[in-house]
Amino acid sequence: MSDLEQLYQQIILDHSKRRNGEGLVEPEPGHAWGETHQHNPVCGDQIRLRVETDGGAIRRISWEGDGCSISMASASVLVDLAAGESRESLLGLVAQFRAVMRSRGAIEADEEALGDAAAFAGVSRFPARVKCAMLAWVAAEQALAAADTAAGQG
Amino acid sequence: METVTGPRGSAEAEPALTPLDDTEVRRLRGDFTLLERTVNSVPLVYLDSGATSQKPQSVLDTEQHFYENFNAAVHRGAHTLAVEATEIYEEAREKTARFIGAGPDEVVWTSNATEALNLLTYSFSNASAGRGGEAARRFALGPGDEILVTELEHHANLIPWQELAFRTGASLKYIPVDADGALRMDLAADLVGPRTRVLAFTHVSNVLGTVVDVAALVELARAVGALTVLDGCQSVPHLPVDVKALDVDFMAFSGHKMLGPTGIGVLYGRRELLDAMPPFLTGGSMITTVTMERAEFLEAPTRFEAGTQRISQAVALAAAIDYLDEVGMGRIAAWEEHLGRRLAAGLASIPGVRQLGPAGAARIGTATIDVPGVHPHDVGQFLDSRGVAVRVGHHCAQPLHRALGVTASTRASTYLYNTDDDVDAFLGAVADVRGFFGVGA
Repeated sequence: MSDLEQLYQQIILDHSKRRNGEGLVEPEPGHAWGETHQHNPVCGDQIRLRVETDGGAIRRISWEGDGCSISMASASVLVDLAAGESRESLLGLVAQFRAVMRSRGAIEADEEALGDAAAFAGVSRFPARVKCAMLAWVAAEQALAAADTAAGQG
Repeated sequence: METVTGPRGSAEAEPALTPLDDTEVRRLRGDFTLLERTVNSVPLVYLDSGATSQKPQSVLDTEQHFYENFNAAVHRGAHTLAVEATEIYEEAREKTARFIGAGPDEVVWTSNATEALNLLTYSFSNASAGRGGEAARRFALGPGDEILVTELEHHANLIPWQELAFRTGASLKYIPVDADGALRMDLAADLVGPRTRVLAFTHVSNVLGTVVDVAALVELARAVGALTVLDGCQSVPHLPVDVKALDVDFMAFSGHKMLGPTGIGVLYGRRELLDAMPPFLTGGSMITTVTMERAEFLEAPTRFEAGTQRISQAVALAAAIDYLDEVGMGRIAAWEEHLGRRLAAGLASIPGVRQLGPAGAARIGTATIDVPGVHPHDVGQFLDSRGVAVRVGHHCAQPLHRALGVTASTRASTYLYNTDDDVDAFLGAVADVRGFFGVGA
């Protein structure tokens, strides 16, 4: 596979069209939730992402955004991966994904833990695109922090 | 100082009236070492000169030659080296002034065009605060005054005016574009009125490559006594530009887009205007008498050049101008127009690809595209894998992109060293984009 094919694996192109979780959803009453807007001024990619928890587990992530296939596919993959995970385990996955992205190809992605997100390993060889891949994940991290401070809001 | 070497083969070049052709362009390419390199194991096809141009060997050599033989602080010190450096530096100014049809005292060195436009707006701001006395009153703005720009502008010719309006209480208005990105000249006459104090606009759109009708806008501004400010960043490198013929009051442009080094730009201003404007940056080398309480300032352009200046960059810019002059700006413009037509014709025959901008408008050799279903960053990444370097994003012109109904775009911009093959490599890669990303049939 060429570097370009590594970057744009079929699984990524599919997710960029499927866009799981696209469209912001009203949180269920009683759930804690947080929302954040992330913007990459260099390329204009942006995402508004909402995380909803029942205190312990992630109940739903929904988002709306605009950007390149990498950033949109990465949001879609995150939505799949996060469903039902505990707050701590999602933060762990974000940390794991970030480590792979920043490794310039040195760290191999753990497919078992990261699922479809492991397909993004090829992005790490394109430093200019790492921010695209990270956009939704950074948004999720911050939305979780916002949900924590707004705990009990509904 | 003599230029180290001119365009390769220029000694036996044809008379200047012979059009620039692919054969001569291939010869010129020999002066640009960087164009010989590969990226991703394929030959580089550099189509991002709108962002920054590559530099011929003579420019690189001139800058090094200056440091090896003449380096000294200019306009201070009486030793031989300082005198020689000052002469070379001022010769560069004279050459740059001649290149745009200005007098040497009408060229102010800046770091880049952005700084030139900020110098202007901060000087107006200082005039608005009462600095510069009676003579500077004509630059003072306040509530009720209007600054007029266009929706085509690069952020560098928009945000400084926004900020000036905020600081002074003046209002900022703009001439809109239509859905194709053509300036609404039919609305311009209504927007220019007795309250208009400044009309600032670009000569050539950095996104679309389209050439603005400068004469028509200058005529409107003159009729109401408004000052005219031209953004020449995309015109001075590509077209013959004469500020007196254009009859503008100010013009800003950058050295690095016209074969020169980074770190050098120009603010042109009419002599009598520059001499009446209060300074922006203050400090050493721009004063006559200084006491502990106050200072008197030198005349323009030195008044605007506080501190140690960009000496080697100015000298190297003069070498870039020599290079452009030897090839001939008229011939360069005609060649790029040819490349622009080739781009437009090629793009028109690629399904699912749309060239932005009004069809049939006068353009430099630039083409900007939208590929519905494929984000410009993905387009750019794919092109890069073929060695084709283009600009993707909003090109520092978010309002124009909003008006065109897109958030970002992909721009191919040519220069005198681009061949028909470069254009065809771009077109070939663009034709494969939708297939690669699985968009469309």
